[in-house]
Amino acid sequence: MPSFIFEQLINGLTQGSVYALLALGFTLIFGTLRMVTFAHGEVYMIGAYVGFEIIRLLHPNFLLALGAALAATAVLGIVVEVLAFHFLRNAPHATSLLVTIGISILLVNLAQKVWGPETQSIPFGLLGRLGDFEINVAGVYITFLQMAVLGVTLLLMLLLYFVINRTKLGMVIRATAQDYEAASAMGVNVNVIYMAAFAIGSMLGGVAGVLVGVYYNLFYPTMGGLYGLKAFSASVVGGLTSLPGAVVAGLMIGLVETFSVEFGASNFRHVFSFVFMILILLLRPGGLFGGREMAHTRGD
Amino acid sequence: MLKLTDVHTFYGPIQALRNVSLNVQAGEIVSLLGGNACGKSTTMKTILGLVRPKMGTVEFLGRRIDRLPSSEIVRSGIAPVLEARRLFPYLTVHENLLMGAYTRRDAGGIRDDIERMYALFPVAQERSRQLASTLSGGEQQMVAMARALMARPRLLIMDEPSMGLSPRYVDKVFDIIQTINRMEGVAVLIVEQNANMALTIASRGYVLQTGEIVLHDTAENLKNNPLMQKAYLGVA
Repeated sequence: MPSFIFEQLINGLTQGSVYALLALGFTLIFGTLRMVTFAHGEVYMIGAYVGFEIIRLLHPNFLLALGAALAATAVLGIVVEVLAFHFLRNAPHATSLLVTIGISILLVNLAQKVWGPETQSIPFGLLGRLGDFEINVAGVYITFLQMAVLGVTLLLMLLLYFVINRTKLGMVIRATAQDYEAASAMGVNVNVIYMAAFAIGSMLGGVAGVLVGVYYNLFYPTMGGLYGLKAFSASVVGGLTSLPGAVVAGLMIGLVETFSVEFGASNFRHVFSFVFMILILLLRPGGLFGGREMAHTRGD
Repeated sequence: MLKLTDVHTFYGPIQALRNVSLNVQAGEIVSLLGGNACGKSTTMKTILGLVRPKMGTVEFLGRRIDRLPSSEIVRSGIAPVLEARRLFPYLTVHENLLMGAYTRRDAGGIRDDIERMYALFPVAQERSRQLASTLSGGEQQMVAMARALMARPRLLIMDEPSMGLSPRYVDKVFDIIQTINRMEGVAVLIVEQNANMALTIASRGYVLQTGEIVLHDTAENLKNNPLMQKAYLGVA
């Protein structure tokens, strides 16, 4: 097989792993609260800008940028939860939904005010060494940034798997997702668990923002729009409450997009990825992993 | 130890409880009886802080709990066995037991108690690695009781423990309630439609009708009360 296929495979996986990360955050939040947030893409954007500022101003250190974005988006996630959900627990679902849309518009405008509407880049040289470095594996080139994106996402997925399945916090999140009334009857303060789910989900989004921002070296206020939509769609395709489903769907979307570019449809790559998602949903209306859930019933 | 005084609870404009007063003493088994939609579950939810009384007070161990969050009420020593069991369906039986011990911090004690529960409820041990949703209704009821006991409660509140169970399991459940009460010294409030069964093991009973307590007596007297016999005990 020609090596460009492998290279595109790597490109697609890189792109897809970012979608997967975003979709994981979205799925974790939806799975736990049974509520959709439309501010997820903007949390991602803020994460990207925080990483951008750290690299530009403080220190061209990738890990430091990731750490700062993690912290910032965890706090932002809790703020979104409190504003859009905590105080509206007994309001109709649409109210919370609209508030998250409001927050997303607010964040875009805030970014425009702070960083300006134009696209920004990390000045050439700061990331120069990182950007240029690439290795050759049996004739297939992988850049350092691709390895970083793939490595960080893989690490975070494993970490998330561990937290959700092997820690007390994870068990309580799953229990709350499955039956919040029963969880609260066990003495769980479900409000804290909702905030934790939002914080963790938003951190995944924030990291994705830094990764994409640095990967393409493009930062602009509306960068979260399409990514938020893709994450939402990937989450739906994955089954909405299935964490493995989010990963599989995210990777598939990344691959479809990359290969549609390879075969000459670069202007239509988003069309291709959304058509692909529609096809999957037509075949499997519950999503790829629908029914195999981290959460399901909540009593009467 | 548990004392409700003149409790009124509403769902929106609809009054679900009117002037409900009842008490449970330490080590006692008390049953709260009544038909469908008479306010039994609402009484339980009010005690647990899942709904708030509009008037009246709920005290536990001499402390008012009717304005505390549910998590605090559970921490103070009341453990519920919810209606229809309400196990976490996609957690294993073992994890369900751990959830019951959520408020505790003594890892060693929790381990010991899980072993104790396995001895008391062998089915929980057999199925410990299975998802709770794969158990039969009767098995789930056993695990639900074990889960509640994991909190080391002073008072166990059981909502319809016999609902949806085969007669064999109903006997078993009521046997175990007595065992728990005797061995662990846990007071039990049973909220039941199955008045016959509930009065067999309880020392006292309250009868709820459309949100009001219409009868309160010893279990013996209730069993012989003609009104009770006609309405709830199925004696011709």
